[in-house]
Amino acid sequence: MLNKNIYLILIISLVFTISFWIGFNVNLLPAEASINAPIYDELFKILFIIGLIIFIGMTIAVIYSLFKFRKRNDQIGDGIALEGNLSLEIIWTIIPSIIVLLIGLYSYNIYDRMGGMKELNHNHEMMSSNSEKIWAGISQTSENEIAINNLSIEVSAMQFAFLFNYPKGNFISGELHVPVDQKVSMKMESKDVIHAFWVPEFRIKQDIIPGQPTILNFTPTKVGKYPIICAELCGPYHGGMRASIIVEEESDYNEWFNKNKKPEANL
Amino acid sequence: MTISIDPQKTNNESLQPKGWLRYFSFSLDHKVIGIQYLVCGFLFYLIGGTLASAIRIELASPMSDFMPRDVYNQVLTLHGTIMIFLWIVPVVNGAFGNYLIPFYVGARDMAFPRLNAVAFWLIPPSGLMLVASYFVEGAAQAGWTAYPPLSITTPQSGQIIWILSVLLLGGSSIFGGINFIATIIKLRRPGLKLMQLPMYCWAMLGTSLLVVLSTPVLAGTLILLSFDIIANTGFFNPVLGGNVVVYQHLFWFYSHPAVYIMVLPAFGLVSEILPVHARKPLFGYTTMVFSIMGIVVLGLVVWAHHMFTSGTPPWMRLFFTIATAFIAVPTGIKFFNWVATLWGGKISINSAMLFSCGFIINFVFGGITGVALAQVPFDIHVHDTYFVVAHFHYIVYGGTVFIIFSSIYHWFPKVTGKMLNEKLGILHFIITFIGFNLCFAPQHWLGLNGMPRRVAEYDPQFQFVNQISSLGALLMAISTIPFLINVFLSVRNGKDAGDNPWNALTPEWLTSSPPPVENWEGEAPLVEEPYGYGKKIYDQK
Repeated sequence: MLNKNIYLILIISLVFTISFWIGFNVNLLPAEASINAPIYDELFKILFIIGLIIFIGMTIAVIYSLFKFRKRNDQIGDGIALEGNLSLEIIWTIIPSIIVLLIGLYSYNIYDRMGGMKELNHNHEMMSSNSEKIWAGISQTSENEIAINNLSIEVSAMQFAFLFNYPKGNFISGELHVPVDQKVSMKMESKDVIHAFWVPEFRIKQDIIPGQPTILNFTPTKVGKYPIICAELCGPYHGGMRASIIVEEESDYNEWFNKNKKPEANL
Repeated sequence: MTISIDPQKTNNESLQPKGWLRYFSFSLDHKVIGIQYLVCGFLFYLIGGTLASAIRIELASPMSDFMPRDVYNQVLTLHGTIMIFLWIVPVVNGAFGNYLIPFYVGARDMAFPRLNAVAFWLIPPSGLMLVASYFVEGAAQAGWTAYPPLSITTPQSGQIIWILSVLLLGGSSIFGGINFIATIIKLRRPGLKLMQLPMYCWAMLGTSLLVVLSTPVLAGTLILLSFDIIANTGFFNPVLGGNVVVYQHLFWFYSHPAVYIMVLPAFGLVSEILPVHARKPLFGYTTMVFSIMGIVVLGLVVWAHHMFTSGTPPWMRLFFTIATAFIAVPTGIKFFNWVATLWGGKISINSAMLFSCGFIINFVFGGITGVALAQVPFDIHVHDTYFVVAHFHYIVYGGTVFIIFSSIYHWFPKVTGKMLNEKLGILHFIITFIGFNLCFAPQHWLGLNGMPRRVAEYDPQFQFVNQISSLGALLMAISTIPFLINVFLSVRNGKDAGDNPWNALTPEWLTSSPPPVENWEGEAPLVEEPYGYGKKIYDQK
């Protein structure tokens, strides 16, 4: 009996060690380029490790049972007439419940840190009256936090392109340019069918819906060029509906902005 | 309560064709209808599988070069619709439900044999109509979810035929659900208590409740959508002031429970197969029953987790996170119970057992990614990507389809009186298991790294992993060959099975194989302990 328990403890610790090792050493995610990304990756790592423990544990249990309790050629008759075990059942009801609850609370915390639980305010001069209803999105901007130097952009999506309107400069661009380390606030609306705005390196996504404006706020942290991908089936050229987001140093951004801005905007 | 036989029905049956011709007739025999469901479903599985192969061929290269882009969207729409509505739902519910439930409750047929036949005969015409819509003006191309406004703006005839077809299939499903509920509740043999029923009855009771509660919502939604398309109404059309997100709520109110309509019967079937081949009682019968009912209740309040990036406010995203994650608890109980059923058994390692164990491993994997996807912040990155594609194929293919094959190996001797060849069966399992995991495991990585779903073209950096996935799909296609050879050879020349080759205790084995028209020569046996392995001494061959 003692031997059996030692083996069990050994196997369990081995499963945990392997899971933690894989969880910390195998990176399945793309580069981190926004303040959301490291928060997301933290959640991913935790879920990955818990998932690995359960998956490896269950797989070992199934394969071990198949091997250990296989019917030998000379055997006849049945296995033991074991119909259940109340304490075991209680254990594997309560422990998963606790794990699920903890994961839920933890992901609430993560979502809150991403700004998901903030009120849906869009910091935008053009609509400071706040008359328009924002239906969904990730805000990151609470009421008292609305700063003037936030970059506000209006995104419109159509089959099969994104257009980015810079109201301060009164121009429209097919490429999204943003300065690094500054909060960007986007209000998005579709002109035809449902699209979605996804930047994998930022770990954010929000549908762009006709008739229902949504918002998406983010802060890029790494200079570079990243793809903007439409993630909602929108027609034959859905797979080709791409744009680029160019994160650059503030001086480069200002240069680009001043080159493109139209004079009427100063009015 | 007694079992009476409608004299008119008996008369009709004597007029019905005998032999293989009866499978093409409006038969009222639940066993014939069950086989009709299975074979019809399998033919549509071959069509849906061909479409899947076409998708994987297209995705073997980053460019959209195998078929035109709009045809690609039609292919993915038909693939999803066929696999769900014409293969998995009809087979795990209609085929096995019809064949087994009357045996399990000790009845001679289903409660409403005519309704039963009508429910089956709705399927072939609506399926053919759906496939044929390709030749009219192109099939539907808005995905199996048919989200407006895309479904309103794409070519109309294909979308309307799709709606009509899904409505008929939904109708068939509702007829079946009513029939199962009535049969399980009202047609039980005298003396047979609910808590003595084999687990598949409980699974079908739960599933049928979901079918009856949620399918009408889908039907209503699709009728409104068809009005938007042909009558210019504005329920979901934003141009006319409609709300596209309302459609998503209504659609997923059915289509999330639809996942349980596809997996709960599989949970029931595996609960029948494991005890027989492990020679052990099903572990934790009562908790299994409660966890099925728990899944039914929770399954109705989790639909918005398909809409975490859509027009949903923060509180709603959070509520549905918690509700969804909690489904893992009753589901987990079932999996622990199955492993405990294996523990200490005398396990015959045969095709049925291997497919069932493959199911456990695949489904645990899909369930874990499911709990992750239920977390809003996690889902926001991977929603609508190949991660989701991989996840639900682990559930519906790695889960349910594995159980369909396991069940075919288990009940083939019952239906035909012949055994399937074990060597070919194990070969079938090995190719399917490797092919399936090779096809879908890499797709998790694709989704995490930036490949959205439903695309015909992708970044060149994803080519290698996509080709691995396509290789897996090729193996899955090949795996049907040993299976089909096995079935055709065994029907003709298979080893004689006798009445009860597995020495099983559930009631369907306590009659001849194949069974007589009204199931038992005499009175139906009273089986109080369908899982009484290790308790009684009985004939061991």
